Amino acid sequence: MTSKFVDIPIPPLVVEVEKWQLCFFAKAVGETNPIYFDEAAARAAGHPSILAPPTYAVTLSLCETDPYSRYRALGIDWCTMMHAQQRFDYFAPIHAGDCIRFQSRIVDFIQRRQGKLKFLIEETEAFNQREELTTRFRKTIVIRGTGVAE
Amino acid sequence: MSPFPGPVAVGDRLPTLVKPPLTRATLAYFCGASNDHNPLHIDPDAARAAGMDDVFAHGMLNMAYLGQLMTGWVPQACLRSFEVKFGAIVKLGEQLVCDGEVTDIQVQASSLRVVVRLVAANRAGEEKLVGEAVVELPLSGTLSGQ
Repeated sequence: MTSKFVDIPIPPLVVEVEKWQLCFFAKAVGETNPIYFDEAAARAAGHPSILAPPTYAVTLSLCETDPYSRYRALGIDWCTMMHAQQRFDYFAPIHAGDCIRFQSRIVDFIQRRQGKLKFLIEETEAFNQREELTTRFRKTIVIRGTGVAE
Repeated sequence: MSPFPGPVAVGDRLPTLVKPPLTRATLAYFCGASNDHNPLHIDPDAARAAGMDDVFAHGMLNMAYLGQLMTGWVPQACLRSFEVKFGAIVKLGEQLVCDGEVTDIQVQASSLRVVVRLVAANRAGEEKLVGEAVVELPLSGTLSGQ
């Protein structure tokens, strides 16, 4: 069944990769490898600046005032949403100072158990300032209860 | 940069990564650092209103820990894909023990494609996340017996 949610266009998001936030992220997750928070160490390891860790593209993609507004617009209450699966495919690194453009789309919406469980699958491609694809990621969200008016 | 792990064989286990017990402070840091401001992870009132006992870890915090397991084993540039299923929530005070095991190796023209099965469990062994990462390693000197 094709859902009305699939292929709804989501406006692109452009985000600058900030050094301070990479350092803050490294602190939050207890990172000990300095290429993730120290520019000199990153350069010594051959990077142009601090390296964004493997899951960081999702953090960048949430860099807007209200990242959940797209779901609310679909009638989904964020308190009913649980992150069920996450996948990343990697093509090029992201570093501090890069400017990343995110292009997202909802690729599938699946209902199970007579609509008591719903799965929303969103795919995002992240391009850098050279228009290189850095990462493609796929987020599966499970929506509990009857939070969606399909 | 992480050094290359040396010879790799199916069944090899990655060095275990044990994270500290989950605190409210960590959740507050991660909320700000990750841009995920969902109140279920930082506000006990919101968590209770949603039927939870208390706040719990962001899924992406737990996934970041498995990412650290991988980048502690090989340089991040080797990572081709990384995926997890979030099976159970991680509660305050719980400690994640992150493990990986090589489950498949394919020899390619100039590299090895290595599949790693990932598990993050609490101290009692209850699995919280399971997943898989694929890394590509230089061919020379990384396969057992060569």
